[in-house]
Amino acid sequence: MQHWMEWAVAFFLLLGGSFVLIGSIGLSRMPDFFMRLHGPTKATTLGMGGILLGSIFFFSISGDVSVHELLITIFLLITAPISAHMLIKTALHHKLKAIEKTAGLENIHPAQQKQHDRQPKP
Amino acid sequence: MRFKPKYRWLPTPYRSMLLLIVWLLLNQSVEAVHVFFGIILALLIPMLTLRFRDPQPLIERPLLALRYILRVFADIITANAQVAVLILGPKRRLNPAFVRVPLDLQHELPITILASTVSMTPGTVSAEIYPSAELLVPGEPLPQRWLLIHVLNMGDEAELIASIKQRYEAPLKEIFQC
Amino acid sequence: MLDNVIMLVFAMISVALLLNLWRLLRGPSLPDRILALDTMYINSIALIILYGLLMGSPLYFEAALLIAMLGFVSTVAVCKFLLRGDIIE
Repeated sequence: MQHWMEWAVAFFLLLGGSFVLIGSIGLSRMPDFFMRLHGPTKATTLGMGGILLGSIFFFSISGDVSVHELLITIFLLITAPISAHMLIKTALHHKLKAIEKTAGLENIHPAQQKQHDRQPKP
Repeated sequence: MRFKPKYRWLPTPYRSMLLLIVWLLLNQSVEAVHVFFGIILALLIPMLTLRFRDPQPLIERPLLALRYILRVFADIITANAQVAVLILGPKRRLNPAFVRVPLDLQHELPITILASTVSMTPGTVSAEIYPSAELLVPGEPLPQRWLLIHVLNMGDEAELIASIKQRYEAPLKEIFQC
Repeated sequence: MLDNVIMLVFAMISVALLLNLWRLLRGPSLPDRILALDTMYINSIALIILYGLLMGSPLYFEAALLIAMLGFVSTVAVCKFLLRGDIIE
């Protein structure tokens, strides 16, 4: 195994691992749900990208070219915003409290109202 | 906006291309057999599933779409560095906010792409689009629609809205020609 | 060297999983718990990929792909259930 390739694998793995860790730190230490959502959706997705890139390099140098890890990366990139959107919609529906100093709380109101006075389907 | 595909046997060219690429990635080879079977699947699946879907606007400017994707990738990486600093920094200094952005786009597909992009980029998660699609009365003119986003640390509200509109919404309008 | 790095990344992701578990147990609301579960499945994909690296076998990829797909679908299904009280209307 070439030396510099090993360094590249190590670099990507460490980068990915630290981003995954940062995402979970954000999840555990932020004060309200809406702020907690930011860590897992962004940092964790990029962290997974880093780890999978490291895996691609690792298998490509020790044998055949291996690119199917890209599939997981693409899949996570597409699905992360969707699950974030579903989660924040659920949170608004359940009227979770945001912390006091959040600006623009009045902007939520029309969105919540609309969900509640939903017209019955014909 | 154009809904009608150019060829009847190829209703969604980019989705077919994506299917072929996914098939080749799953098999991890570019042998003739796999390419051949992948092309057959990529043509067959969109034709079989076309009737389940509502017609979606077609991409009119593929090169611009490619540039948009690359720009979003670059933004994701810079955004993550920023968010990492914000998460590890002191909590007291964060100024979370809910902001609503007026939308110029009208169709669901471009709005979905815009909302997903906003979710992946600097410190913002898109929360809701209102009035929601099921409240719209068919036949009436469309009301002004808003995208509600949550910002982790807000500097200037007007600047944020302007940057979203100019950086992401304007290229999407070009790509779908609407 | 690479083995040590892999072990270090293992440790990082384990700490991340523990933090998620803490959030899952503590709550305080249902969306918080779903978010914690969502993050946990993504982190477990990372663990499986790393285990594959350590064993030097590309076979674990399939398991990771399956977990990615099932995890996404289950998150959306639970959210939909909380939103509407029904999954398929």
